[in-house]
Amino acid sequence: MKGSDVTIERVSKAFGDFKALKDVSLEIRKGEFFSLLGPSGCGKTTLLRIIAGFETPDDGAIALDGTEVLSLPPNMRHVNTVFQNYALFPHLSVFENVAFPLRIKKLPNAAIKEKVRDYLKLVELQDHASKKPSQLSGGQKQRVAIARALINEPNVLLLDEPLSALDAKLRQHMLIELDRIHDKIGITFIYVTHDQQEALSVSDRIAVMCQGDVLQVGTPHEIYESPATDFVARFIGETNLFEGTVTGVEKMANPPRTVGATVTTSQTVYMAELDIEELGRIKVTTVDNVQVGQKVTFTVRPEKIAISCDKPATKRGDINLFEGIVDEPIYSGFQTKFYVRISDRIVFKVIKQHANYSDEGPDIVWKDSVYLSWSADDGYIVEARDA
Amino acid sequence: MKPAASPGSATPPIRATRNYGLTYAGPTALWFSFFFVAPLLIIVLYSFLKKGLYGGVEPIFSLDAYRALINPTFAAVAFKTLVSSIIATIITILIALPCGYFMAKSRHQTTLLLLVIIPFWTNFLIRVYAWIAILGNNGFLNNFLHRVGLTHEYIQFLYNQEAVILVLVYMYLPYAILPLFSTIDKFDFSLLEAARDLGATKTQSMTKILLPNIRAGVFTAVLFTFIPIFGAYAVPLLVGGKDSYMLGNVIADQLTKTRNWPLASAISMVITAVTTAGIMVMMAMNKREATRVMEERRAFADSMADSVVDPASHPTGGQA
Repeated sequence: MKGSDVTIERVSKAFGDFKALKDVSLEIRKGEFFSLLGPSGCGKTTLLRIIAGFETPDDGAIALDGTEVLSLPPNMRHVNTVFQNYALFPHLSVFENVAFPLRIKKLPNAAIKEKVRDYLKLVELQDHASKKPSQLSGGQKQRVAIARALINEPNVLLLDEPLSALDAKLRQHMLIELDRIHDKIGITFIYVTHDQQEALSVSDRIAVMCQGDVLQVGTPHEIYESPATDFVARFIGETNLFEGTVTGVEKMANPPRTVGATVTTSQTVYMAELDIEELGRIKVTTVDNVQVGQKVTFTVRPEKIAISCDKPATKRGDINLFEGIVDEPIYSGFQTKFYVRISDRIVFKVIKQHANYSDEGPDIVWKDSVYLSWSADDGYIVEARDA
Repeated sequence: MKPAASPGSATPPIRATRNYGLTYAGPTALWFSFFFVAPLLIIVLYSFLKKGLYGGVEPIFSLDAYRALINPTFAAVAFKTLVSSIIATIITILIALPCGYFMAKSRHQTTLLLLVIIPFWTNFLIRVYAWIAILGNNGFLNNFLHRVGLTHEYIQFLYNQEAVILVLVYMYLPYAILPLFSTIDKFDFSLLEAARDLGATKTQSMTKILLPNIRAGVFTAVLFTFIPIFGAYAVPLLVGGKDSYMLGNVIADQLTKTRNWPLASAISMVITAVTTAGIMVMMAMNKREATRVMEERRAFADSMADSVVDPASHPTGGQA
């Protein structure tokens, strides 16, 4: 594996009264595609700028492969950045933009020419070398910025919301492109984004940030299936979140294979019963040793809930079953999203995939009375608070 | 959309319903003809006439004035004026560049702009006399140096070439700072971060990225300072010595003392010719850059147009 591992140790940064980073620590591994994910103002860009050397933290340390870098100016760090607005030099051609780092190093002309050609080929822009940045489309500018950042062969590539200025289709395409380049170059990528879909699809690991704190670090699967806080659950994907009280806990004799993203082979799994106001009792599996009387946050993803007009014919004891009225069906071709009202306060989001249309039975429409069901191991206890 | 667009029909050319341009430009044109072009023409005319005995001109065609220009004394003053103007302009730009840069980056832009503009509220001559009060033999600076004990005798700051350049730089600094500030203010500072990120030192990021991108502002600043300095009259008269005479002073002498109006007009023509030539060279340099950009844009637009299907030429006649 090429690239460097990046150690971020207790880094803090304040701008006046605003605390952009509060004691943030992260271990980013060699060659990893690591994402910093969070809403705007969460500190992700500040952290990236500190690694690049554009900001100095108030406190803490940053090391590349164990070597402290905070004392180095940006031009001395083996780190390069792809900027959000591309930051291409408008007075230079595409070729000269990419050649800029090599010209600074005073490489001979022939070597520059060869290397720039290679990197323009990597981003498939070899035919646009003589154009000025103003003549390029957004996606092409992005590619120039990537080639220019990579040509110095950095150990770490920092990407600051690189796709935010592109339209949705192009963003998808560039995302695949980035993944391909990462596979080919093999260095560490640190990717800043507010778009959870982007982060989930390309990252090896994600750090979810909010208001200067890192809330959770994990693989996309872990972050989605086992959110550490209700903020993470809400921010990543869509979900149904409820506050409830534990009314019963018992050890399971035959535990399911996973609880959230945790494989349960060496874990004790509990079946908990929760009481949720206006909804009633539900069952959920958990590896946390929750106590009766504790307040908990419970989540179940919309795609894990089955919706039907007829009452499901199941006798299993771990099925949660509720009746409701369809408030709003939202059809989008491959799936339909339903808002199903159980009571005045409780509305479930449910997603039904249209994988096999002929087997689906009658269409569910507005004002239909429906049954919602999910098994205990599809729900997840996000947080347990002290009673 | 046009309701009855038949396939392949050409769009009618856009025609202005009425040309109001002349109506709007008229007053300005008249103003300029009376107060700018007419005096200039009078000067041109006078420079080709015979000198009157007690000032004024006699209506006889003559090249005497231009012949009088070909003499070593005049050439020396002209050369000296050019050199001092260039030095003063360079110093002004070198001070104005960092000023404009820090103003553009500052959070107190309005205050700083005001500070640059406030000196204009005071009369030009009063500001020159202020410098005399500062630099004079019994002025603030000499008194201060004396009191601190750095000097025991008064230093002659005034009435030399250095004093003229210093005061000229002071007078025309705002004219350089303002255009540089407005250009740098539009500059994208993240480009400097990108340059640093890609390995450039601070100095390299300034010379290789900032300067090429604010060229237009530097041009304007150079023009705004060089032109008035080249024709300076009051500053060399008040703070300069006999050796720091500039063309402006020679003209004044010819008008008031020697009463040779044709010669004064001919020297004015030299100043006008030199500044016009300078402006034209700069404009040509700018235009070459502009044409190149325009051509590139046009080539790009053409390549784009090839890939876009014109709805009017589409079989459905643009109704799709």
